[in-house]
Amino acid sequence: MLVVIDYNVGNVKSVCNAFDHLGCPVELSCDRRKIEAASALVLPGVAAFGFAVNALGSLGSVIKDLALAGKPLLGICVGFQMLFDKSSEFGTHNGLGLVSGDVVPIPPGRVIPHMGWNKVVLPNDMVLFAGLGGEKHFYFAHSFCANVTDKTAKVAYTDYGFKLPASIQKGNVYGTQFHPEKSGQQGLQVLSNFARIANGRGN
Amino acid sequence: MLTRRIIPCLDVKDGRVVKGVHFLNLRDAGDPVELGSRYSEDGADELVFLDITATIRSRKTIVDLVRKVAENVFIPFTVGGGISTVEQMDELLRSGAEKCSVNTAAVKKPDILTQAAQRFGNQCVVLAIDARRSKTKAGHWQVTVKAGTEATDIDAVEWAVEGAKRGAGEILLTSMDADGTQKGYDIELTRAVADAVNIPVIASGGAGTLEHLYDAVVKGHAEAVLMASITHFESYTITQMKEYLRDRGIAVNL
Repeated sequence: MLVVIDYNVGNVKSVCNAFDHLGCPVELSCDRRKIEAASALVLPGVAAFGFAVNALGSLGSVIKDLALAGKPLLGICVGFQMLFDKSSEFGTHNGLGLVSGDVVPIPPGRVIPHMGWNKVVLPNDMVLFAGLGGEKHFYFAHSFCANVTDKTAKVAYTDYGFKLPASIQKGNVYGTQFHPEKSGQQGLQVLSNFARIANGRGN
Repeated sequence: MLTRRIIPCLDVKDGRVVKGVHFLNLRDAGDPVELGSRYSEDGADELVFLDITATIRSRKTIVDLVRKVAENVFIPFTVGGGISTVEQMDELLRSGAEKCSVNTAAVKKPDILTQAAQRFGNQCVVLAIDARRSKTKAGHWQVTVKAGTEATDIDAVEWAVEGAKRGAGEILLTSMDADGTQKGYDIELTRAVADAVNIPVIASGGAGTLEHLYDAVVKGHAEAVLMASITHFESYTITQMKEYLRDRGIAVNL
């Protein structure tokens, strides 16, 4: 079973709705045993970084250990940002440190938040984008962005006057800065691709 | 490149969409889920649901509505109307809304913007401003509250700047003069606000033609355009709006 981590922040329901719509069984839970038994984990997030990290509490290290042991993990929006080392949103906060890099403010000189549908160039070796072609629009809503320094991570970018990391893949760790659960058909395809990764592991 | 957004607005009363939605081939023109799906399939970038009753009783209804829409529509949507606490916002976001808009409550207690931004991130916090052209000061607009029924002496542009500073991540700017006229957005107002803040501004009130949408973006500097009548009456489909904008050189998600 795929487990969406429930840690009492923002819009976690929509991610579950999208998997339900795809006919993919999913459970919203903060129960450590269920998380450990899951075929794969989704870390959603509509919240400020610090609030999200605090709300996640000790589950953070559980998720990190499971990801390091090979369980597929998908971070979405702030969940994506939490995969990195640290963020400077409302103070400095440590992330899970699964992917090297910091979360920093979107550079000034443009409208912030980066809000709306932006075109992502989809590398053909990133599993999340299988079947989607070379580029697609996805829905973004964020004021901070990842500065990816991890040389072992694959990165997909969007153009917001600079190359903004839209998605990463590092082994079994996946993340999207955009909201696949709010990105129409192409977003559902991304989640479907992740569900396939989860199924590939059995359980 | 970030695309400009087309956002249909749906007024809700007792859990039903009201205000002249005249779609053909709809089983039930008042069903928010069916209308939301319809707009999503037609290419809407986002939806806005406004609870126009906004009573204590209607709060429960709107949460149910958000839940049902979120189970079936996979594009972002904002909910507004009568939201006065961070707890109410939390419930709506947890039920599936992407953003919440506050209007009267923010004027009365501007702290709500900061509290919400620190908890949810400012991208969830929409400041709705209903502005009316000042009769005494040319080139100025007054903020009105309680669905436009009560004027304040707050300057709309100054309020937008302060709202953004306090934590709003977007401004939904409605011209009370243009609303319902279908004679075009108040371009002067839209540009004055959009140029004064660094967060996205959604132009609202007055859309009647495709050119109005273009003007709001190009002359008004709006990041997004909101409309009700011209989509509800099927004067134009969302796809037609996007094709028109694209052909005039504006990036859209098509």
